[in-house]
Amino acid sequence: MKLSNMKKLAALLIILSGLLASPAQAVLTIEITKGVDVGIPIAIVPFSWKGAAVAGESMTKVIDADLTRSGRFDSIPQADFLQQPHNAKQVRFKDWRLIKADNLVVGSIEQSGSGVYKVKFQLLDVYSGKTLTGYQYTVQSDKLRNVAHQISDIIYERLTGEKGAFNTMIAYVTVERTKKGRRYLLQVADSDGFSPHTILASHQPLMSASWSPDARKLAYVSFEKKRSMIYIQRLSDGKRENVASFKGINSAPAFSPDGTKLAFVSSKEGNTEIYVLDLRTRAIKRLTNHHGIDTEPSWLPNGRGLVFTSGRSGQPQIYQMNTDGSGVQRLTYSGKYNARPSVSADGKLLVMISRGNGRYHVAVMDLRTKEITKLTDTLLDESPSFAPNGRMVLYATEQGNKGVLAAVSSDGRVRQSLRFLQGDVREPAWSPYLR
Amino acid sequence: MNNTSKLFLIALLAGMVAVSGCNKKTRKAEGADMGDGVSTSGTGTEFGPDGKPLGEWQSGSADMLSQTRIYFAYDSSDLDVDSQAIAEAHAAYLRDNPSTRVVLEGHADERGTREYNLALGERRAQAVIDVFIALGANPANIENVSYGEENPVAEGHDESAWSLNRRVEIRYDR
Repeated sequence: MKLSNMKKLAALLIILSGLLASPAQAVLTIEITKGVDVGIPIAIVPFSWKGAAVAGESMTKVIDADLTRSGRFDSIPQADFLQQPHNAKQVRFKDWRLIKADNLVVGSIEQSGSGVYKVKFQLLDVYSGKTLTGYQYTVQSDKLRNVAHQISDIIYERLTGEKGAFNTMIAYVTVERTKKGRRYLLQVADSDGFSPHTILASHQPLMSASWSPDARKLAYVSFEKKRSMIYIQRLSDGKRENVASFKGINSAPAFSPDGTKLAFVSSKEGNTEIYVLDLRTRAIKRLTNHHGIDTEPSWLPNGRGLVFTSGRSGQPQIYQMNTDGSGVQRLTYSGKYNARPSVSADGKLLVMISRGNGRYHVAVMDLRTKEITKLTDTLLDESPSFAPNGRMVLYATEQGNKGVLAAVSSDGRVRQSLRFLQGDVREPAWSPYLR
Repeated sequence: MNNTSKLFLIALLAGMVAVSGCNKKTRKAEGADMGDGVSTSGTGTEFGPDGKPLGEWQSGSADMLSQTRIYFAYDSSDLDVDSQAIAEAHAAYLRDNPSTRVVLEGHADERGTREYNLALGERRAQAVIDVFIALGANPANIENVSYGEENPVAEGHDESAWSLNRRVEIRYDR
């Protein structure tokens, strides 16, 4: 009993300290539920700090958390560090070779005006003693986290050869229970779940958020008029437009990769079919024509076709078609339920929800070999969404009777959950790269 | 449903109205099983969906009219025999009250993807609407609204909750 009380107290303290640190940070915890043994060894020295408050350490914590979350790095604990350098000149490389830190990150933050900071960092190769890369930023204090994510992206790309996706955003729906019933919040946050902003609140369901390719707009489905309709909302000022309010269902919006078109689902002609709306001319073209359910359109990254879910074989399976609706071909044959497809930016992988043993899990298909790999084994996984670099998949799942967001690496090796303290969270959508 | 079975059902409904009351007890029991929270009528005055007392000849179908939820099997929009009977009772009511408007709200359980379930909810509502129209209800007065899995009535993650959530709700405009 005593021990469990101690544990509860410890958990409470962690939550409280989070609250004190920053209200925005208190809403979620990130838990790595499955990790890897072998990552690229890296030591991140807390940045030196000259200014009003102590933020140097929190910035390096963001970088550390980003790289660890990717599952491709092995961050060396600070307790092992033999010195605390803040630029390349101060580094005694033998101290870092001793603790097998192949790569070293050093940096500094200096206040250079009211609320303006100068951030410098360098990435060093410990064995050659060379500086691999280094940058300097001048930023407002509220952008320090974003700069930390940009630094993570640079380190990630320099050491893995692939573009990082830390300086991106996620959109999702949070459901709160209120006295007036359920309340739905469409929210956007940094890729690690921090700094959430509510862009729409409604007492009717919200679902199916889809990012524009420039990451400046979201299309989504709202039931605010007591049935499903599609809206496109600009993030900068919240201005929005109702783009589909036909008779019946209006749902599953998906921007084309060039941003000029919106694929969506409508039952205006009596059956759920996939249509494409030209956002400039407002012309609407029907792509599917089948008495089965056709839904969940998602564009191929080259814009030359779409994948979608169809019940035409008697159960949901995944199909591909050209942008004019021609050339329909079935992609999935194994299992009785494969749905909600989307293709990675390199066009190589397709992620979907598959049913097996009564469970709905995230699975990826290699589009060349058609080989399917199950990434999760939870009961009710939904809404998988690739990071723009295709290395991670964000999805919704249930944990302790609550909706949570989770992420898994596309090879299934690393898994983590983003747990929000308030409400049920669902329907995540990972943004494209921010420009 | 093919045309032959539709004709059969019309005949069945006509017979049902004629011998009113004979299927009263079975419907009542199932209403309770389904846990839809609607109490069926006793011996007092019975009211139709419009809130007005029902005429004597209609009292047999009143129990069925008080059932405003129709349940479905997993990933199915087929009506079973019991659901068919409920739908037919409402169809007859709509046919006899041609100015009454009704919204058919389709729902799904939480399993599977949200968008597919939205389409499934609409199919379920449409299956009920097909019965209404086949039996003479005015299509202009019927609206199909799907909520997919977004508005569950039971919150659990097991079959007992799922079976309650796979439903069509018949909502009359008052």
